Amino acid sequence: MSDNFLLRELYQEVIIDHNKNPRHFYVMEKCTHHAEGYNPLCGDQLTVYLQIENNLIKDISFKGQGCAISTASASLMTEALLNKSIDEAKLLFQHFHALVTHENIQSSEVSVSGMEKLTVLKGVQEFPSRVKCATLAWHTFSAALNQQKTPASTE
Amino acid sequence: MSYEFNLAHFRNDFPILNEKVRGKDLVYFDNAASAQKPAAVIQTLENFYQSAYANVHRGVHYLSEKATDLYEASRTTIKNFINSQVPEEVIFVRGTTEAINLVSQCFVKPRLNAGDEILISTMEHHANIVPWQVICEQTGAVLKIIPITDEGEICFDEFVKLISPKTKFISVVHISNALGTINPVEKLIDVAHQHDIPVMLDGAQSVVHQKIDVQKLGCDFFAFSGHKLYGPTGIGVLYGKKSFLEKMPPYQVGGEMIRKVSFEKTTYNDLPHKFEAGTPHIAGAVGLAAAINYIAGIGLEKIAAHEKSLLEYATQQIIQFNHVRLIGTAKDKAGILSFVYEGVHAHDLGTILDQEGVAVRTGHHCCMPLMSRMNVAATARASFALYNTFEEVDVFIHALKKVQEIFSL
Repeated sequence: MSDNFLLRELYQEVIIDHNKNPRHFYVMEKCTHHAEGYNPLCGDQLTVYLQIENNLIKDISFKGQGCAISTASASLMTEALLNKSIDEAKLLFQHFHALVTHENIQSSEVSVSGMEKLTVLKGVQEFPSRVKCATLAWHTFSAALNQQKTPASTE
Repeated sequence: MSYEFNLAHFRNDFPILNEKVRGKDLVYFDNAASAQKPAAVIQTLENFYQSAYANVHRGVHYLSEKATDLYEASRTTIKNFINSQVPEEVIFVRGTTEAINLVSQCFVKPRLNAGDEILISTMEHHANIVPWQVICEQTGAVLKIIPITDEGEICFDEFVKLISPKTKFISVVHISNALGTINPVEKLIDVAHQHDIPVMLDGAQSVVHQKIDVQKLGCDFFAFSGHKLYGPTGIGVLYGKKSFLEKMPPYQVGGEMIRKVSFEKTTYNDLPHKFEAGTPHIAGAVGLAAAINYIAGIGLEKIAAHEKSLLEYATQQIIQFNHVRLIGTAKDKAGILSFVYEGVHAHDLGTILDQEGVAVRTGHHCCMPLMSRMNVAATARASFALYNTFEEVDVFIHALKKVQEIFSL
């Protein structure tokens, strides 16, 4: 696989678009959960806000600054997680993590809804030093669920 | 530009420069983080381990004598390199970070009372910030910060104003790793000494880019690392004036640094061994001396002039990109080029450049307060060494055009 191809895959249009125009990109005043995430490697910083009712993610947003991968990943995450149940969200995190770290996990027979759009970040597999950028938003989401007091990090 | 510098010859001295990265030629522009090693250094290490290795000091057998001679000869090489008065002013440590920690704990802390002040600058590396924060916390002393201009130069007048009867120590970076700024340290030390304030210099970058003469500089302490100076990792030097070092308590304790041990009383060794507990990085010291001999053979002034030419060329080229903003535009700079590409995070830029075989560093360069002051989250940094070429700068610029393309800027 040519390296040009790998780069183009990583920085494909969808990702560039989500970086330029991140979805659900605002501070949620009336959130039920929120957490801060920080990638000390390069200074990616973001906060994930959640509105959870009856175990459903009724609303989700994020705000922060960082590289194209972390911003696009956060944006795609908010799209994938909106209106999902907590359990579905956790499963998505598992699958997404496996996707970007090139792990093989036992996938259930039922395909995980929401993963299709996230596979656009598959290219991160070839860039190990950028995996933490892709997973920062998800770690932060996880921290928000647990209402961690200290900021989440990818360490 | 004409200069007699046989580049092709020197590149041949560095085996790693033949490596291919992502199928492309390696363009190694991350020298401020660490420099590559010439065959002379690699060979010295190999020879040492193959024919001269043993533990040093106090051995009565042949190899121990040989290793000790080489180790102490390295100390003398460094003494001459930085022009310290005596070899015992040269302490081997792990690196600049350890040197600063040592001085903060063993020289400055014992002299501090609550309310006393330590001065550092906004552009310091974390290694020259955190040790001072720690001893301030431990003693109730206060850390004062010398401000810098938007160009990345120390505000000298503000520095003078910050000096007070409570100022007990000053520690500043000689050449900034993030900005390339060469600070007017001789002038600064003059002022400090007029007030009887001792000064430490973080020389991690400066030892590579200019001739260091600690007598001329007048600094009381000077720290540098071997791995940035084309030498091995895990070895560095703390220079300190003998009169200070003699009065300081040891940093780490154990073997080597003692004179006599009993359960009733233990006495310590003289300089320099008082500060060298345990078995040192013997090969590291020997390798460092080999690195110093190598570059002394070329001439630091020649190397600095070459790096300056590269910096000028690269700067001229890079400012033609509309979206590039230089970070660090001091009048007096070493071969370090930090910049932001508006609309593209440094990390993304670094990845794209990497695909072209170009190695730059992206991030906060262990200078988070400086990044904050310059209003950036991170920068991309190209830093030059004696083996870099103008052709490599062209590849770097070409790779930046790729960034432009991918982000449609």
